Amino acid sequence: MSDLMAHPYHQYHPQQPQQRQFNPYTENGGTILAIAGADFSVIAGDTRQSEGYSIQTRYAPKVFKLTDKAVLAVNGFAADGNMFVKKVKQRLEWYRHAHSKDMPLRAIARMIQTMLYAQRFFPYYVYNILGGIEEDGTGAVYSFDPVGSYEREACRAAGAASALVQPFLDNQIYFKNQTPALGSAHPTHLPLRHVVELVIDSFTGATERHIEVGDSLEMYIVLARGRSLQGLEGLKDVRELSTPGSNGERLFVLRKPLKRD
Amino acid sequence: MDHFPTNWGRPRNDAVDAYNTYPLHSRPVHHDSFADGVQRTQQPIVTGTSVLAIRYKDGVMMAADTLASYGSLARFKDVTRLHAVGDYTILGAGGDMSDFQYLKSVLNDLIIDEFTQADGHALGPSEIFEVLSGIMYGRRSKFNPLWNSLLVGGFKDGKSFLAYVDLLGTTYKDNAIATGYGAYIALPLLREIMDAKGPENISEEEARSMLTESMKVLFYRDARSLNKFQIGKITATGVEISDAISVPTEWAFAEKIRGYGAQTQ
Repeated sequence: MSDLMAHPYHQYHPQQPQQRQFNPYTENGGTILAIAGADFSVIAGDTRQSEGYSIQTRYAPKVFKLTDKAVLAVNGFAADGNMFVKKVKQRLEWYRHAHSKDMPLRAIARMIQTMLYAQRFFPYYVYNILGGIEEDGTGAVYSFDPVGSYEREACRAAGAASALVQPFLDNQIYFKNQTPALGSAHPTHLPLRHVVELVIDSFTGATERHIEVGDSLEMYIVLARGRSLQGLEGLKDVRELSTPGSNGERLFVLRKPLKRD
Repeated sequence: MDHFPTNWGRPRNDAVDAYNTYPLHSRPVHHDSFADGVQRTQQPIVTGTSVLAIRYKDGVMMAADTLASYGSLARFKDVTRLHAVGDYTILGAGGDMSDFQYLKSVLNDLIIDEFTQADGHALGPSEIFEVLSGIMYGRRSKFNPLWNSLLVGGFKDGKSFLAYVDLLGTTYKDNAIATGYGAYIALPLLREIMDAKGPENISEEEARSMLTESMKVLFYRDARSLNKFQIGKITATGVEISDAISVPTEWAFAEKIRGYGAQTQ
């Protein structure tokens, strides 16, 4: 390029016909987060939708129930996000009709990677985090980039305040930069109540420090088959979405106001 | 006249050319000589400014002025930007007015198609919004957007509906929405009352005064606005779009302002 520019006949002409290109993307702010426990999974997001400095609405969900044991959080360009969730749900419905069972979590994860990569050259401008219960009964979190790279991990934050939340999670979940007391070890899995508190703290913190985060928190909690409700007792604002007392996985949603400024 | 017989109709069997006049594999390819000349909307030309809407006790009320600007020129001063779609919905548009005109004709065809079914099901605001947001997102995905910010308001089966969609296919629902400049100037005024009272405690008179006051403030501050606007409402009794309204404004103070105009002292 620099060789070309140096040539007298290829000098930059400011008067060249310039094409202004329509930009098909925008950023709608907000943050999502998911944490996997031994036998549960927590998937959360704030509900603010914004563009630039304007709050479009204070309630636009970013977290969606896919099946009884799978929840998907989408963040980035809201129009792409909604369309993507719509298409994932459609594929899951087709699967149900074809196989008379829900698609397992790891299969949903692989399907999402295929669907994202199919749009490799005009990507869905969306970060996905999938949480739920695996077929072996363990809590799982899968995180994706916009073109489909994915991995299973214990926790992940994405979106506007990911740079604020992820380091906090690294410290509090993975115990990064902490040394255990002599003769003890860090736990590999945290109890549900502790995780719920971490999620709430993450979002109140992100709300304080990031202008695109706030209004309210929507947290989905998936419990493995046969797990007790330990960790949920005494929690306010929790509502069960699955049939109470069913012997399958159980799904709860916790809605909590965040600061609106 | 097309002189290639194989183009008259597709042979029943692709392997056998019944007409036997022209090799099937070398049919002439259709070439559109004007393909390079096809223009997409890359910028709006004749534009409308803000649309405001709120949900209130009896349904939804919407307001938009009647100006269609050509850049900074106030080009058309009697354009209706509120449009009834079927019996339960109002569509309000900002942005390119020719794209809006096209959308009106698409939605009109849709309403006629549904009416012709005569199955006792009429399209409500949520269905119309779903179609509309699909069109908007589909067009942005083809890099050929319809350059509008649209509000869909409606009332059907005892439930009111208010939602937004724009040229990118971005959507949301809320109790009070304003597009364009209105999102900066009018929406804070509307939200202040909406947050304090909630839509179920706002009467028709109050809704009307909220919108007229907001339209007045917009006329003071939005250079692409006009003091001539319409208010549409959609309630259990149906759609009603008013004639053009204007509100008294006070400009005497303008003479005393120093420092912006051409005056020397």
